[in-house]
This record gives sequence, C-alpha cells and structure tokens, in this order.
Amino acid sequence: MDDIILQILNGLDKGSAYALIALGLTLIFGTLGVVNFAHGALFLIGAFCSVSVSRLLSISFEMVDETQLDFLGNPLKVETPYVHAWFGPEMGASLIDWAVPIAILFAIPVMILVGFVMERGLIKHFYHRPHADQILVTFGLAIVIGEIVKANFGANPIPTPAPAAFAGAMDFGVMLGFEPNAIIYPIWRLVYFLFSMVIIAAVFVFLQFTTFGMVVRAGMADRETVGLLGIDIDKRFTFMFGLAAAVAGLAGVMYTPILSPNYNIGMDFLVLSFVVVVVGGMGSLPGAVLAGFMLGILQSFASMNEVKSILPGIDQIIIYLVAIIILLTRPRGLMGRKGVMEE
Amino acid sequence: MLGMNGKDTTLFIVVCLMVLLAPILLNPFPTGSAFAQFNAGYPALLQRFVIFGILVIGFNILFGLTGYLSFGHAAFLGVGSFAAVWMFKLLSYNIVPAIVLSVIVAGLFSVVIGYVSLRRSGIYFSILTLAFAQMMYSIAYSDLVGKVIGTPITNGETGLQVYNDDPQILLGDGPKTPHLFGLEMNSSFTWDVGGWSFVFQNGYYLAGILMIASFYLAIRIFRSPFGLILRSIKSNQNRLNYTGISTRPYMLTAFVISGMYAGLAGGLLAAMDPLTGAERMFWTASGEIVIMSILGGVGTLIGPILGAGVIKYMENIVSTINDNVVHGWVAFMPDGLENFFVAIIHPFIGKGWHLTLGLVFMAVVIFLPGGLVELGQRIGAKFRRKKAPESAATSAEKGTV
Repeated sequence: MDDIILQILNGLDKGSAYALIALGLTLIFGTLGVVNFAHGALFLIGAFCSVSVSRLLSISFEMVDETQLDFLGNPLKVETPYVHAWFGPEMGASLIDWAVPIAILFAIPVMILVGFVMERGLIKHFYHRPHADQILVTFGLAIVIGEIVKANFGANPIPTPAPAAFAGAMDFGVMLGFEPNAIIYPIWRLVYFLFSMVIIAAVFVFLQFTTFGMVVRAGMADRETVGLLGIDIDKRFTFMFGLAAAVAGLAGVMYTPILSPNYNIGMDFLVLSFVVVVVGGMGSLPGAVLAGFMLGILQSFASMNEVKSILPGIDQIIIYLVAIIILLTRPRGLMGRKGVMEE
Repeated sequence: MLGMNGKDTTLFIVVCLMVLLAPILLNPFPTGSAFAQFNAGYPALLQRFVIFGILVIGFNILFGLTGYLSFGHAAFLGVGSFAAVWMFKLLSYNIVPAIVLSVIVAGLFSVVIGYVSLRRSGIYFSILTLAFAQMMYSIAYSDLVGKVIGTPITNGETGLQVYNDDPQILLGDGPKTPHLFGLEMNSSFTWDVGGWSFVFQNGYYLAGILMIASFYLAIRIFRSPFGLILRSIKSNQNRLNYTGISTRPYMLTAFVISGMYAGLAGGLLAAMDPLTGAERMFWTASGEIVIMSILGGVGTLIGPILGAGVIKYMENIVSTINDNVVHGWVAFMPDGLENFFVAIIHPFIGKGWHLTLGLVFMAVVIFLPGGLVELGQRIGAKFRRKKAPESAATSAEKGTV
C-alpha cells in the first residue's frame, strides 16, 4: 500500500509539469488553432528566468573586511552580494535563498511579454497557413530560442536550489497513519504539485467565472459569430497566448529545483507534452490536465522495480505505448471534442 | 529518355553529372589557399551529401507528394544502420548483404509503423510517428531487446561496432574494412593538378550511383499514375474517397517506399563507417530531415537534395569557422570596426551554427514556403521578365521542377 502511494506521489510532480505545459498548449490550440512546437521553449525561458534571478540576486562586489585577516596578515577581501549591502546580511541571505519563488514575480511579466511578442510578431501570420507550416515555423523558433539560451548560459545544467525551508524530505507516511519512514517525499515536489494545482484551478476559474473567460470560451466554440457580435476576439486570443506562455513559464520556474535546467529541457518536455495533449484530446482543457497526471503517474509506476523485473525498460516507453493505444482506440483522445482537428 | 520527358531527362543528366564530378566541382579553391576551408570536395562530406540525399528523396515521396508529415523518419535510418552493422558482425565486411538487409528491415518496420500510424491523419499522424520513433530510440538507447534476449543487440550508449571476436563466418582473408567484393570503400585515388588535389573515393561513388538510381526511381514515381494518386491525397483526400478509391493502400505503399529509402541511407552510413548508435534515431535527427526537405523545396524533385547538401555543408563548414578566421577575413578594416564585426558574427559561427540553421529555417518557412527551388524560380522569372515581360508570368506559375 505504502509503495503504491509513494509511486503516485512520485508521478505527481512530473505529471504536474506535463499537465501545466499541456494546458498551455491546449489553450493556444483551442483559441488560436495553432500547433505550437515552441511551447517547450516557453518552459525553457521560464526555467532560465529562475536561473537569471538567482544570478542577479547574487551579483557581488569585493569589500575589504578589516576584522578578518588573510594568511599574510592583510585585511581580507570578501565577496559580498549587493543585496547584503542594501538590505542587511540577514534579509539579503534570505532573499538569495528564496530566489526561485521570487523568480515567479519576475517571470510572470516576462512570460506574458514573450507571449505577446511571439503571437503578434510571428504566429499571427500563420493562422491561415497549413498546420504543417505552423509546426515547422514554431519548431524553428524552438531551435533558435534553445541556441540563444545555450550561447548565454552554456550547455551544462545549472543547479538552482529550493529555499532552505523547503529543502530536504518529509515523512509523508506518518501524516496518513503509516509507519514512520514508510513514505519519504521531497518537500519541494509537494510544493510543486500544490503550486500547479493552484495555477490549474486559477486558469479554470478564470475561463469559467469571468466575463473575459466566457467570451474566450465562446470564441473557442465559434470564432466567427463572436466576431460578428462586435467583440474584438483577436485581442482576447492574444491575451490568452500570453497567459498560456505564463503558465508554461511558471511551470519552468518552479521545476528548476527538481531538475537543473539546461538548454535542452524545453525540447525534452515538449515531445512528452504533445503526447499528453493528444492523449487528453486536442482542444480539451480537462483532458490535458487529466492525461498529464495520468501519464506522469503511469510512468512512475512503470519504473518500480517489481514492474521492471517483469517488463524491463517499460518505464521508458510506457508513455508512447499508452499514446499509441489510446490514439488507435479513441481517435479523439480521452476527452476530445468532436470536430477538432479531424481532416 | 528512359521513360522520362525532356525536362526530367535534362534534370536527371544534370544531377548525374553533378554527382559524378562533385569531387572536382566542389573543390574550387586550391589546397593551401585562404579559402580552402570552404571546399566541400572531400570524401567524408561528399558521402554525407549523397547519403542524406537518398534519405530526403525518400522522405519527399511521403511528405512532398501526400503532405503527411512524418516526425519519426530517423528511426528507419537507425534501424537500417543497425541491420547493416549486424551483417558485418555476422557475415563479413561485404556490403551487399548489409545494404540488402538494411533495406528489408527498414521496410518491415515501416510496414508495421505505417499500418498503425496511417489510421490517423494530420497532426495525429505526426505525433504517432514521433511516438513510435521515440519508443524505438529508447529501446535502442537502453538496449531493451538485448536485455530480454541476454546478448547486446543495439549495445546501448556505447553504440554497435564490429569487434575482432565477432563470428564473421564469411570473412576468410577478405579486407578488414567494408568492401564491395574486394573494392574497399575507404580507399581513394588522388589526382594532383596544379594547386588542386582531387580525391575520388570508392565509397562516395558507390553511394553516389545508388543516389542516382534512387533519384531515377523517384522521378518515375512522381510522374506515374501512383504519384498522381499521392498528389491527389494531398490536395483532397475526401474527394478521393468519394470517388471510390481507398487511399490507405497507396499511403502505406508511399510510407514503406520512403522507409526503405531511409533504410538504404542507414545501410550506406554504416557501410562508410561500420559503427552506429541510437542517437541516429533521436527525434531531432528526424527534425533535421524535415528541415532539409523544407529548405530545399518540398514536393519538388531536386529541392530536397539541394536542402540536404546545404544543411550538411553548413554543418561541416560553418561549424569550423571560428573568430580567428573571421578576423583574418576582415583584417582590412580598422581595429575597432573589425572587433565589432567579429563580435556581431560570433554567435552565428562555430558552435553557434545551430542558431544560424534555426534562423535560416524560420526565414525559409516564413518567406519562401517553396524553399530554395522557389527562390531559384523567382530569380529566374525576374531575369526572364526583362527579356520577355509577357511570358514571365506564365513561366513563374508553371511551378514544379
């Protein structure tokens, strides 16, 4: 029993990331009808927002410390981050420690801006081109963004630790009434899961319970009629693109303590997220979230030793296998709407 | 000639001459001159031109004619390479069984994958092929088949190669490198003329002749009734179904043909260099095939080959240019301007060549959906307009080369 709960927990953090990226992909596809292969790059930009913030906060200058002496007896030069000098050592240290959560505040405007620029500058011109062209141009964009990140940050993964308060693991089993040490789980992954639930809930609430969301949903169902009613649907869809970019970016920011980001992280997640979207059903938001968690959990179950001893290596192919089976038995995916992407 | 119309015959003869004379044509700068690094006429690169040419000719039969975008074509290339290396390991270094088997194995795989994937169209087809290819990559990368059987099949991260203790039952005292009945692939003949030295390599010419044959087959397919059906699938599959033609057998045939082309290319890659690894099957490799076809001009006969050539040339030449080389070119400028120029160009050369590739690719998709071939046609139309303004419009509309 505790094994099963542990595997479900293990699947949750990956599943959350898949769900968040797939949610953004589906938003873009449902509103604008664009297949965005650059969505992984938005996740990547988010992750590197977090890296940049933690680097910005630790920019240092050299200060001569009279109280300490080096081995020659001269006053010691100490590297002091500017934030220490400005806010005092304690406040400064905790600011650096909390770099990843702070990066969220930084990432939201950046990601929305990136989304606007991408939609207005590039994607806009591809609404009336075939889906193949959309895939290709966004694929090219993903390569370019990845290479720009590589040129600026190098090719190696950059570790970005979580705040000390959330570092380490907790004994999750005790809370559920199991033996101590039965289910040990890293705290940050739990934070990530809760964070993603909040974001997903916020997106759904926004779409379901606000006038803006209602118009967007109406536009998803019948763009032309909404336009005829005198509503500038293009402007709202541009905003939705920015929102989807922000969702992907936040998924990236919060994922950095789990997996040190390098320039390839976007591409790795992109392929899987596309599989998730297709499994969930093109254009269905609940489907994307459901499929994201389902595939994440399935993947972690497949990597249990008991399963692997029967079917070696199943953990690496399970997602693709499930995708193939689902696409063949339920062509529209788990919750796909009728008439979406059917040629 | 050979069942081709006049225009195709001209194109075919031009391609033949290009392939046969490439070691001379692509070596325009004398050895030791400042521009010698732009020469593409060395065997290792020439081989890649023609082998990837074969690959994209096949890919074009699928994507160019039917419009089905496969994002997993590199898997067939990888399968072909593995099959060929296994033939080297088991039989001998003779490349005939290796290449035959690689084509057959890739064909079998594409029958299965095509049968399943072609039940869906559009984006679903792309994702299905991508999923299959990634699955095969994972299986090859961690050698799952080998783990089940107990003996390495793809040899995981290390990659597959021929060892001295392999059976090689037909080896006898034959050559220890890939050969065609004794004709060694990597032996070459060098012709020194003036400042130039031209290298003619057996392996290149074998691959080149196979590419010419593949190209001929592709022309015949493009112009055949079968090719017409494939084109009509691209323009309107529903209408074809309404007229009572089941499209699936035609699609599957096209898929398998293009898979076998990829297998041939994979076998040839192994024949030039008898080792292979799973990274050949990774999805970025499939993406590169798509980029090549688009860059050259998808749906045209010559376009994808041009695209493959340009990409491989960039990969080998642009990636070797470094800052010092650029400093050498712009040495005539004042120092400040020189450094500024080098700083601007720096991100695009050497290690950054992928950035150049991505930007060029995006520019092509945005401004030139017809690729380099369309560019050529536009320029050609401009020149002709000056001479005969009234005929220019019609010749520009004729389209496909």
